[in-house]
Amino acid sequence: MTTTVGLDKDDLLTILAPDGTVDPELDPGLDGAQCLRMYEAMVQTRVMDERLMNLQRQGRIFFYLASTGQEACSIGPAAALTPDDWWVPGYRQPGAFVYREVPLKLLVAQCYGNAWDVTKGRQMPVHYAFREQNMVSISSPIGTQVIQAAGVAMAMKRRGHAKVAITYIGDGGTSSNDFHAGMNFAAVDKAPVIVICENNGWAISVPTPRQTASETFVQKAVAYGMTGVRVDGNDVFATYKAVRDARERAVRGEGPTFLEFVTYRLAGHSSSDDPKRYRPEAECEAWRAKDPIERLRLYLEARGLWDAAREEALLERCRKAINEAVNDNERVPRPELISMFEDVWAELPPDLAAALDEERQARGEGRFP
Amino acid sequence: MPTLTLIQAITDALRTEMRKNPDVVLFGEDVGRNGGVFRATDGLQAEFGEERVFDTPLSESGIIGAAVGMALYGMRPVPEIQFLDFIYPAFDQIVSELAKMRYRSGGQYATPVVIRTPYGGGIKGGHYHSQSTEAYFTHTAGLKVVVPSDPYDAKGLLIQSMRQDDPVLFLEPKALYRKAKGEVPDGDYVVPFGQAKVRRAGTDMTLVAWGAMVGVCLEAARRAEDDGISCEVLDLRTLVPLDEAALLESVKKTGRMIVVHEAQRTSGFGGELAAIVAEKALEHLEAPILRVTGFDTPFPYTLEEVYMPDADRVLRAVLKLHRYES
Ligand SMILES: Cc1ncc(C[n+]2csc(CCOP(=O)(O)OP(=O)(O)O)c2C)c(N)n1
Ligand SMILES: [Mg+2]
Repeated sequence: MTTTVGLDKDDLLTILAPDGTVDPELDPGLDGAQCLRMYEAMVQTRVMDERLMNLQRQGRIFFYLASTGQEACSIGPAAALTPDDWWVPGYRQPGAFVYREVPLKLLVAQCYGNAWDVTKGRQMPVHYAFREQNMVSISSPIGTQVIQAAGVAMAMKRRGHAKVAITYIGDGGTSSNDFHAGMNFAAVDKAPVIVICENNGWAISVPTPRQTASETFVQKAVAYGMTGVRVDGNDVFATYKAVRDARERAVRGEGPTFLEFVTYRLAGHSSSDDPKRYRPEAECEAWRAKDPIERLRLYLEARGLWDAAREEALLERCRKAINEAVNDNERVPRPELISMFEDVWAELPPDLAAALDEERQARGEGRFP
Repeated sequence: MPTLTLIQAITDALRTEMRKNPDVVLFGEDVGRNGGVFRATDGLQAEFGEERVFDTPLSESGIIGAAVGMALYGMRPVPEIQFLDFIYPAFDQIVSELAKMRYRSGGQYATPVVIRTPYGGGIKGGHYHSQSTEAYFTHTAGLKVVVPSDPYDAKGLLIQSMRQDDPVLFLEPKALYRKAKGEVPDGDYVVPFGQAKVRRAGTDMTLVAWGAMVGVCLEAARRAEDDGISCEVLDLRTLVPLDEAALLESVKKTGRMIVVHEAQRTSGFGGELAAIVAEKALEHLEAPILRVTGFDTPFPYTLEEVYMPDADRVLRAVLKLHRYES
């Protein structure tokens, strides 16, 4: 039996209210240390997004895409999963990388595409991949990751591993072919995958009513025969609990879950976008009042875990951490010429070796090999 | 005559044809309210309304499939694919449906769709905002493939595309969107298909290119002149149909040929051109045909300017070919 919560728009799993109070019946019962870790990751993510967007404005990196206002969408789930669970993310969950403790230095290196970048300067900024943390390579083509995550989960199931795969898709991405294929395969196979639709209201300039005529995105779970929950995406306790519950069901063999996280993209789509062309500023104002970080801070204060001095110290720490990561990366050279030719194949074939040799000679860099 | 950028010339072409032909409709991701992520359709929704210029759900196969349907019913859809790199979900609709409809229906049905899409590198876009994969499409019978290299041609070729009875893939060199400026006549005019243009006349060798590589070849040709080498630069403008006569005429005159394209080398369109010349003008060749192309690797991010042919690399080939003694 699958159930769906959120068939109409009033239906939304909320635990932590904007004023920082918690619904006692739904409280996931996180201890202080866990709450603080989530809070710190959220603040670090926001500070990182701001710093890297500035870096783009200064022309130090060529592109950036922030998750401002959506931090709870990646950090609640990151906290609810185990390090063995796999992420097949989209491009708007930097918080998951921060929470999984990928060194900021390496995230920044990817944005520079320099010699420290573990992906060797091959992709645009924010298209991370960190195998050590079980975080699969991010793709630009929208939607492709959903069916791949289903495949990862199908393999986990066949291997008998008590693990799950989690994947993300935007509201716009639900219109892509591979989203539908992924939902269908996952449900038919009862694969242990959690598919999250991060509904932030916009796909670049296209609002959600132009993506779907369904009243809610979670309705799509019904059609595929999958459990679905519509979740307040700015409530980190709700995103945590929804994923923790989905994970439990999945490892019990009860199959996939589709979660719609209702949130809002406070910034432009990316550094290339100017949202003033297509949406009213007032819409953002209304959502700023539901800020996910603010909410958790109020909660922590009420619980006696937080105060102005600690807030100041944390901000200081987060800024220092990202500034150091940026400064360190400023000195790093570009990847070597060979990086363009490696990894096309498991081994460098003779024709590419010859091309590399020719380019090296043209640059006076000596023969290859 | 007004001076327009290449992107303004495209907008102008769309506006000109839409005013003439009420069957022309534009749609795709972000083309309506936002006027396109590159602003190609800026102001068109305001002028023509939301039924003729509209945003679609995020599905390329949906965009092209819907275009096929609308064309079957007699309209003239001009869908936009936001980047050529994102066209692949629609590959099936293009290759199996759009390009084959006339043939498989015994000529009863036609699908005159113009797919506009930015292609090519030079904007620091990494693999998925930079590729130049025209050869996947020239390898599809039933689909015309057009690549302008300046604003005048962009407008004239796009209007001509919208008057074809066959589907057209219209590739826009995004690196030139704002960089290429030129005089563009007001109102209606067309540039015919299948007519290459000699961008620079020369006698020692022929550089063949299209789109953004035309400018690269022109720069290399200017620099080659300092070494006393006279290069002819031939801009194909349409790959399908191909102006074979112009290609052969030029190569017969110069006896040497270099093809320059951004796409990776293996199975690139350059190979096709080389084969045609080998088949039909071998006796006029005084040297091997050279190719200056992207490498047989995915399009990289940081090292994009190494990947993309530039005037230096073309010049290297020019000098090499010039030195060749048969
Ligand atoms: C297949 C494909 N088509 C188009 C694009 C261009 N594009 C990049 S992001 C985007 C909008 C995505 O919106 P959504 O899925 O809601 O995610 P969000 O950016 O809001 O997080 C588009 C159209 C793409 N990357 N891939
Ligand atoms: Mg969105």
